[in-house]
Amino acid sequence: MEIISGILNIAFLAQVLRLFTPYYLGASAANFSERSGVVNIAIEGFMIISAVSFALITLSTGNVFFALFAAIVINLLFALLFAAFTVKLKVNMIVTGVGFNLLMAGLAKFLLVLIYQSSSNTPRYESLPTIPVINTIPVIGEVLGDYIIIFTFLLVIISNFILFKTKFGLRLRSAGENPEAGESLGIKIRNYRLYGTLICGFLSALGGIWFASTQNTFSDGMIAGRGYIALAAMIIGKWKPVNIFFACLMFAFFEALEFVLQISGTFIPSQFIQALPYIITILVLIGIIGKTKPPAADGIPY
Amino acid sequence: MKKNIICIFSVLMVCTLISCEKKKEPASPDNNRLKVGLVFDVGGKGDKSFNDAAYKGLERAKNELGIEFEIIDPGDGSDRESALRRLSSRTDIGLIFGVGFIFTDDITRIAQEFTQKKFACVDYTITHGKEIPTNLLALEFKEDEGSFLVGAIAGLLTTTNIVGFLGGMESALIKKFESGYIQGVKYVNPGCKILTAYVSVTGEGFKNAPKAKEISLTQYSNGADIIYHASGLSGIGLFEAAKELNKLAIGVDLDQYTEAPGQVLTSMTKQVDEVIFQAVKDYKENEFNGGTKTLGLKEKGVDYVYDDNNKNLITEEIRTKIEIIREKIISGEIKIHTQ
Repeated sequence: MEIISGILNIAFLAQVLRLFTPYYLGASAANFSERSGVVNIAIEGFMIISAVSFALITLSTGNVFFALFAAIVINLLFALLFAAFTVKLKVNMIVTGVGFNLLMAGLAKFLLVLIYQSSSNTPRYESLPTIPVINTIPVIGEVLGDYIIIFTFLLVIISNFILFKTKFGLRLRSAGENPEAGESLGIKIRNYRLYGTLICGFLSALGGIWFASTQNTFSDGMIAGRGYIALAAMIIGKWKPVNIFFACLMFAFFEALEFVLQISGTFIPSQFIQALPYIITILVLIGIIGKTKPPAADGIPY
Repeated sequence: MKKNIICIFSVLMVCTLISCEKKKEPASPDNNRLKVGLVFDVGGKGDKSFNDAAYKGLERAKNELGIEFEIIDPGDGSDRESALRRLSSRTDIGLIFGVGFIFTDDITRIAQEFTQKKFACVDYTITHGKEIPTNLLALEFKEDEGSFLVGAIAGLLTTTNIVGFLGGMESALIKKFESGYIQGVKYVNPGCKILTAYVSVTGEGFKNAPKAKEISLTQYSNGADIIYHASGLSGIGLFEAAKELNKLAIGVDLDQYTEAPGQVLTSMTKQVDEVIFQAVKDYKENEFNGGTKTLGLKEKGVDYVYDDNNKNLITEEIRTKIEIIREKIISGEIKIHTQ
């Protein structure tokens, strides 16, 4: 009974939406990249580096808008580097991704120690402003007034539109499905793979910035594997923006449910609920819940 | 041709890197100064909690005793043993600290290997009937006693009759905080409900602040008005949640008032800094002895914060009640059960 009342309230809904946001940003980021044929498993690292740059720049300039802008630019530069390795130099994408993850996690900690002599966190700073008026609504206002959360919801429509209704989307997908055919029609495949990687850098930057902004501090390990869960959500969502939306919502729902179960002290072990999304991921991967098919040329250098 | 140039450049770069390596410092006049080493727990330096308390102790020893220290902040769990080993194999370091219960097994083994060195471990998990090496000082705190007191404060002050507990890693040590806290709440307010939650079952639970924030928001929205945390760095998530909803939180290990001024009811302090300072001092005066040491309320190893900052929250009346409880725990009239 308690569990039901714990779920059926606005605070729970708001929480699911908050947990959903970084997952969907990360999963969409990976989706754009994979649709263009570049496997980017470094979403986690990209989120860490944008979070730490947002934190450090906010602290040093005191201007959150500048920090937002600069953190996105920094992530785009890293995405450019990623594309240089995977698209231009045709390095194995998984190896590059692992390298980027390690580099970025290490770099974040290195910067913290260098600047704040602390290996765990930065001082506090202001978060990004929220939409006036709406943010005064109790409980849910915090979520509805958040620009990044609103953008994330619009992103479902935007990314679906870009991928499936525009010329750009068609060409991007051709780079991931059948680059030879695309090339024969005069599409510059490598350019589209670069665009895919850059969009990935931009969206994952928003995910990291959102974390750094809502927590008012950057702490080591704060992304805590959410970049990898985003990848799982992308696979469950079968590389389709709308399906990914529901996959992310599922992850967020189960995570929030875990908290409710824990505090209700029920006999159901919270670890079981914690494991549920992953069990579903495995079931999807082995083809029990529908067939998943990645873009045909996904991960193959061109 | 191009490849050759790249090859030459890479070799040159590697050479520069090698030559950049820190030159061996010439023997300084302070060479005979005592040097101690310390390896941090999950969360590391700057967690504003457990690890920072340990660092504070070292700083004080440096200022007052004129020692030098070297610290290692391992990134992940697996580096812990090698970090201890590295400090132990240094000839100039005689005393090595491991901060955190995670070190229990590693430090025991290494102490047996490096018998000429001294070791101390804070939060060592003492297993009864198991001998520990003579060169190892195992320090254990009675966190349940301190938690009992802050639990009693929370139980007296709650207006909703619901309080919360937020643990970091689900482990025997944190369970000790939880059980003391629950017993403290129940002692003064038997009808009070306690919402308990843990961040994780792994060490990651001590450094996942965003998740800790979401969990505390759930606890607050389900009626809790005071939450006590024992979750290291994750605790900053709790303070964020408390600020957002204007509720009360109880800090741990250090006085965490500055984390969220006005929102921190009190903190359950562990004198980690004091024991580290004391161990260094004993070592300097050649009085360092191995063995186990358990510090509770009686030894002032644990306590709660009562100062100008929270005087208006903890009234004189409550303060008196808590002090009576303290006396009862010390005299053994109140028995705290372990789970």
